[in-house]
Amino acid sequence: MSRLLPFIAFLLLAGLLGFGIWWNTGHDQTAIPSPLINKPAPDFKLPLLYEPTQTASRASLLGKPYLLNVFASWCVECVVEHPVLQAEASTLGVTLVGYNYKDAPDDAKAWLAARGNPYAVLMADTSGQTAIDFGVYAAPESFLVDAHGVIRYKHIGPITMDVVNTELKPAIAALQQESR
Amino acid sequence: MRRLLCVLLLMLVLCASTAMAQAIEPLPFKDHTEEVRFQHLTAELRCPMCQNETLADSNAPIARDLRNQIFQLMQHGQTDAQIKQYLVDRYSEFVLYDPPVQRNTWLLWFGPLLILLVGVGVVTATIRKRSRAVLPHVSTGEQTAADEGDDW
Repeated sequence: MSRLLPFIAFLLLAGLLGFGIWWNTGHDQTAIPSPLINKPAPDFKLPLLYEPTQTASRASLLGKPYLLNVFASWCVECVVEHPVLQAEASTLGVTLVGYNYKDAPDDAKAWLAARGNPYAVLMADTSGQTAIDFGVYAAPESFLVDAHGVIRYKHIGPITMDVVNTELKPAIAALQQESR
Repeated sequence: MRRLLCVLLLMLVLCASTAMAQAIEPLPFKDHTEEVRFQHLTAELRCPMCQNETLADSNAPIARDLRNQIFQLMQHGQTDAQIKQYLVDRYSEFVLYDPPVQRNTWLLWFGPLLILLVGVGVVTATIRKRSRAVLPHVSTGEQTAADEGDDW
């Protein structure tokens, strides 16, 4: 038995380290779980990118669920995400709200002119102040907010087709199930 | 040669200081105490973007924004605890370099102690077993040989 002990210790250690590798490759380590899930979205009021005199706010968006997508023209991975949003915006079943994050309005407009604008509502936060309340730390990030203004799901990083099918659509389906 | 070395050294120092100046933008502190407090606070908080840097060290855009936000909150008379809570509410406990002792951090806080205790247990058991095995048969040659084989 005592001869086996080092071997068992080795197996335990190997198992532990193997678990560590498996655990770290299985999830995105740069994604910090948001403490805002299932909490009311922070209050915000932001000017629209194309009509800066008008605003959109938490209150004005209440009543229907929406997907708040944080993007910017300086954001590298937003380019990856954009075609997916373009293709899926109409099939998601929720309003797609754009959140232009710390961007020069002209850069944002040029970026959208070149790639298309999938957003039904498009707000601009040039200072990034509201983004801090949302716990945004990079772009792209996306928040699914329900009809009562509660954040139900957050995705950090680009929305890929895989994310749409395995996470986003089930989350939206759950919302629609509730409202029925 | 010596002069050349001096010049090189001076250049190196200048380069280093300009790099520092770019990384940390000056904030209008009203006195040294406030500045020290700010430095201390930002050194205890982690940048959410570049995960192994403090807010004080990080040059990421979000770190700059959060430093400004912390400075603003300090101007509004918020305590260190309030400012930390403000960030935890938005970015989770991830931002704390000094995580609080609570149920989901028990393993983190007491895990090393647990391993130490297991180690002490193993060592104690081994020593006891050996002293028990050796003492009564100290003169028999056979026992010593068996004991050596057991030695790992």
